[in-house]
Amino acid sequence: MDLRSLYNQVITEKSRSNEHRHPVDDCTCSLEGVNPSCGDDITLQLRVKDGVIEDVGFMGAGCAISQASTALMIDILKGKTVAEAKELIDVFFGMIKGEIGEDDERLELLEDAAALKGIAHTPARVKCAVLAWHTMEEALDK
Amino acid sequence: MLDVRKDFPILQVPEAGKRLIYLDTAATAQRPNRVIEAICEYYKSDNANPHRGVYELGARATERTDSARHTVAQFVGADDEEIVFTQNTTESVNLVAYTWGMANINAGDDICVYVAEHHSNMVPWQRVAKRTGARVVYMYPDENGVLTEEEMRRKISRRTKIVCCAMVSNVLGIKIDEKALIERAHSVGAKVLLDCAQSIPHFRHDFHAIGCDFAVFSGHKLYGPMGIGVLYGRKALLDAMEPFLSGGDMIGIVTEDGATWAETPRKFEAGTRNVEGEVGLEAAIKYLDSLGWENIEAHERELVNYCLAGMKKLPHIEIYGNAPERYGVISFNVEDVHPHDVASILDADGVCVRAGHHCAEPLMRRLGIGRCSRASFGIYNTKEDVDVFLNSLGKIREFMGYGS
Ligand SMILES: Cc1ncc(COP(=O)(O)O)c(C=O)c1O
Ligand SMILES: [Zn+2]
Repeated sequence: MDLRSLYNQVITEKSRSNEHRHPVDDCTCSLEGVNPSCGDDITLQLRVKDGVIEDVGFMGAGCAISQASTALMIDILKGKTVAEAKELIDVFFGMIKGEIGEDDERLELLEDAAALKGIAHTPARVKCAVLAWHTMEEALDK
Repeated sequence: MLDVRKDFPILQVPEAGKRLIYLDTAATAQRPNRVIEAICEYYKSDNANPHRGVYELGARATERTDSARHTVAQFVGADDEEIVFTQNTTESVNLVAYTWGMANINAGDDICVYVAEHHSNMVPWQRVAKRTGARVVYMYPDENGVLTEEEMRRKISRRTKIVCCAMVSNVLGIKIDEKALIERAHSVGAKVLLDCAQSIPHFRHDFHAIGCDFAVFSGHKLYGPMGIGVLYGRKALLDAMEPFLSGGDMIGIVTEDGATWAETPRKFEAGTRNVEGEVGLEAAIKYLDSLGWENIEAHERELVNYCLAGMKKLPHIEIYGNAPERYGVISFNVEDVHPHDVASILDADGVCVRAGHHCAEPLMRRLGIGRCSRASFGIYNTKEDVDVFLNSLGKIREFMGYGS
C-alpha cells in the first residue's frame, strides 16, 4: 500500500484543523460516536431547521483519519438539506466499500472528502473513516 | 546475540517481499518450526482421547499429556500435580477467582490489585468483589512506573485476602519486587496470584522458590500454541478448591445423587482437553531450554537497551516507565500523532507494533494518556529490526506534516 494515498495532504491538514471544532448554538441534536478499536470519540452537534442543516460542529479526539473525516464531512454537509446529506452519506459509504470506483463522477459530489478513498484498501482503518458519517446518519434519523 | 530467525517460518523473507519486522511478541509470539512440527506429529502418530481409550494408542496420547505437564512443572519449579492446563491466562485467573475467590472472600474483605494489571487480572476480581461485597483496593505505581514497597505496605492490610499482580506489566515492561510483595502479603495472611503472562518468555521462574500461591500464564506468549494456558497453584490450595467447570474427565464416581472429583489437577480439567496445545507448549519449552536462558536474557536485554537508546535520541517521543531493567516491551507515544496512525505508518515499512490501551485502561488513565504504541521483542528480533523501526519512527512526525 502506498501510505500517501491514505495520509495525503488533505487528510493530514484536515486532521489538525479546528475550523469545525466547536459547540453549536441552539443545537437540535447532539450525538456521540465511539470507535472502540481506536478510541476515536467524537460528539457531533447540529442545528436542523426546516429540513436544512444550518450548522454542525464537533468535539472529541481520535486518530488523524477519524478527525480529518469528521472535518471533511462537516465541510460538505453544512448548509445541505437532510435529504441531500443522506444521499452524500450513501455516496461516501459506497466509496469506502469500494463500490464506487476511482473515476465514478459521483465522487465529485464528495468534494475534498474524496481524499479518503484510499481507506478502501486499508480495512483496519475503515472504522475510523466512517465514524463521523455513521454518527451523522443516526443524528439525522432522530 | 541469538540467531534464531531461521527457526521461524513466518519470518522468512518472501521473494521480492518486505522483511517482516515483528515487534508485537507481547501480544502473541511467533512459533518456531519445532512447535509447528510437534503439533503435526502428534496428530500424525499419537492422537486419541487421553485417559479414555484402553488401547495402546490411547495410552500414547495419555503419555503425551502427562509428559507435557511434567515438562511445564519442571520448567516453572513446581510439582506435576500443581500444574492445571487451561485455555490461557484469562481462564486461569477466572478459575482462581470463581473457585478460591468465591469460597474464601467475604463482605468486608479486600482484594488487592495492581492498577497496571491486564484487564484479565482485574475484571474477574471486580466481579468477585461485587458478588461477595468485598472491596477492590488498587496499588499504584510511582512516577517511574515502579510499584514501591511503601505502596505495598500501604495497600496490603489485615483485611486483604488475595493480592493479584503481574510479575511484569504488559505496558511498562517493569518487573515487580515479587519477594517484597509476597513477604508483605503472607505477613498479613493474604494469598498471592502472580500473572506471569509477560514475564515467563523472558526469564526462568521457580514458583516454589518464589513462594507465590498461584501463578498463571499463556502458551502463546511463550512461542507455544494459542488456546493453551497454565495455572500453577500450591497443592494444598488446589486440593481444597471446588472444581471450576464440571462434567467428563474431572470426576471420581458419579451417581444419580451426585459426584466425587478426580484428584488435583484433573478435577480442574473438564472435558476433552487441548492435547495438541499441551504438546506444542512442551515443544516450545524444550526449544527455549535448548537455546539457553542466559542467552535469551542477554539477547533481549541487549535488544531492548539498544532500542531504548535509539528512541531516546529521537525528539518528540515519550517513553512510559523508567526502571533499570525492562522486559520485552517499550510503550511510547509520538507527540501529536495518534498511536493508531503511528502503527499504520510503521506498518507501511513492514513494522508491526500494537497501538491502543493494551487491555490496561485503568493504567492508561493513571498515566494520563488514553492510548499508546508498544514495541515488544522476542528471541527472533535483531538489531536490524530495531534499526528499521527507529528509522521509520523518526520519520512519522514529518510524514504527518509537523516540522520535525
Ligand atoms: C500481563 C497479561 N496478563 C494477561 C494477558 C491475557 O492473556 P490471554 O489473552 O492469553 O488470556 C495478557 C495478554 O495480553 C497479558 O499481557
Ligand atoms: Zn481511528
